[in-house]
Amino acid sequence: MDNIFAYDFMIKAFITAILIAAATPCIGLPIVLKRFSAIGDATSHSALGGIAFGLLIGINPILGAVIFSVIAVLSIEALRKRFGKYSEIATVVVMSAGIGLTAILSGFLKNGSANINSFMFGSIVTISDFELILTIALSALVVFVTLLLYKEIFAITFDETSASLSGIPCGAINTILMILTAITVAVASRIVGALMISSLLVIPTATSMLISKSYKSTLIRSVALAEIFTISGLFISFYLDLRPGGTIVLIGTAVLVITASIKRKK
Amino acid sequence: MNNEVIRVEDLNFNYPDTAVLRDVNFNLMKGDFLGIIGANGAGKSTLIKLILGLLPYETGKITILGGELQDVRAKIGYVSQKANSFNTDFPATVREVVIANLFPRKGLFKRFNKADEKKVDEVLDLVGMSEYKNKLIGSLSGGQQQRVFIARALVSDPELLLMDEPTVGIDAASVADIMDIICRLNKNGMTIIMTNHDTPTLLNAANKLLIFCEHGYEEFVSTSDLSLERITDILAGKRVHKHG
Repeated sequence: MDNIFAYDFMIKAFITAILIAAATPCIGLPIVLKRFSAIGDATSHSALGGIAFGLLIGINPILGAVIFSVIAVLSIEALRKRFGKYSEIATVVVMSAGIGLTAILSGFLKNGSANINSFMFGSIVTISDFELILTIALSALVVFVTLLLYKEIFAITFDETSASLSGIPCGAINTILMILTAITVAVASRIVGALMISSLLVIPTATSMLISKSYKSTLIRSVALAEIFTISGLFISFYLDLRPGGTIVLIGTAVLVITASIKRKK
Repeated sequence: MNNEVIRVEDLNFNYPDTAVLRDVNFNLMKGDFLGIIGANGAGKSTLIKLILGLLPYETGKITILGGELQDVRAKIGYVSQKANSFNTDFPATVREVVIANLFPRKGLFKRFNKADEKKVDEVLDLVGMSEYKNKLIGSLSGGQQQRVFIARALVSDPELLLMDEPTVGIDAASVADIMDIICRLNKNGMTIIMTNHDTPTLLNAANKLLIFCEHGYEEFVSTSDLSLERITDILAGKRVHKHG
């Protein structure tokens, strides 16, 4: 049997996966609890537009994805305020715009479908040194900021009115959370692919919520589960010659379904 | 020393096409308990929201502890209706919910320490919820959850406690427990403003009363000689003379 760690690309893949698996639940937990899970989908489709844009003008596609994702989440926040109680419309509008933009920009790319395809479904084993450094920096930023603002994020997620009354700058914290979501989605699109990134945001958190008895333990277990899903996904995909992104997502989905079934029986 | 906690002067507020509050005036001293009574839509909750700064008022002035709201925010506690306040499936313990309201004391970025944990223990003890400290908030009964929310409001040592229908949707035994806690806080000097549909309970607890009715409001600076019958008359639209 091949030694998985004999390959440089697999070592890079593991480092990237471990970092992104640490970052995604830090964002996933508050967005799931604030019922913004769909924001992952809307942002990832805009990230695809950024990837196409990056490839088109010759900048790193992850950078393009970060820029477009940030624009997408800020647009969602602005539109949500306009639609009041129908705020979910904002998510659909931005997602549709992201898909439209990707369709147009990818038409200008040479080998466009092949390049975009690698980001739609993930291509962690082809990650470059620059992308590795970018992933380390951005993942560290996401983890650092969410830990720094831990008590503020908890407060606005649990009860935004009370948080606001106690003097927490809810608008600023929400904007920071949205920007971190954009960064996480853009970076993680390299691992699991833009079409599946929201599953990495949601599934570890959803599974952890079934087995945890506090906010803190939900967060810690979400990170642990995300690590288990991504690391086991990389091993299985390597030895069975499967796509890593899809394998990671399906492992997570299977664990979620099994956990939910066991909880239901109890 | 001026013991005035809140002064409301000529306060007016309208929703589109509806005048809700017209020239509301009152003041409370330290240790006062103001009960606010009125039909649905009469302006009780609106008044609470205006005091808290959740709604902007059109004309008038609200002075709290001698200053503007933004300067004294940390000295105001707020307990809302249980049903409005949170998602019961939220994975948070009682301790996590209560300690979160220490933000005014801590400020941005600072972490909670042992003194904060001790403060949480104190307020949970005060509302009789110490043994539930590590339980999920969603696993508690409505009355227990509301006691936790009172503890959350108390943890930052407020001087003025605002409560908007805090006993709605709670069983009778728990209502009695909650009112007992609130009256103890008031006896220890905390100034309280509470809206409530349960007029007898509020009449029993409060020393001042605002009754919102069809023609505006009636203010009673003493509830000692006020009967339920008179309150019913006022709510039905019969004018009475103010007591002072």
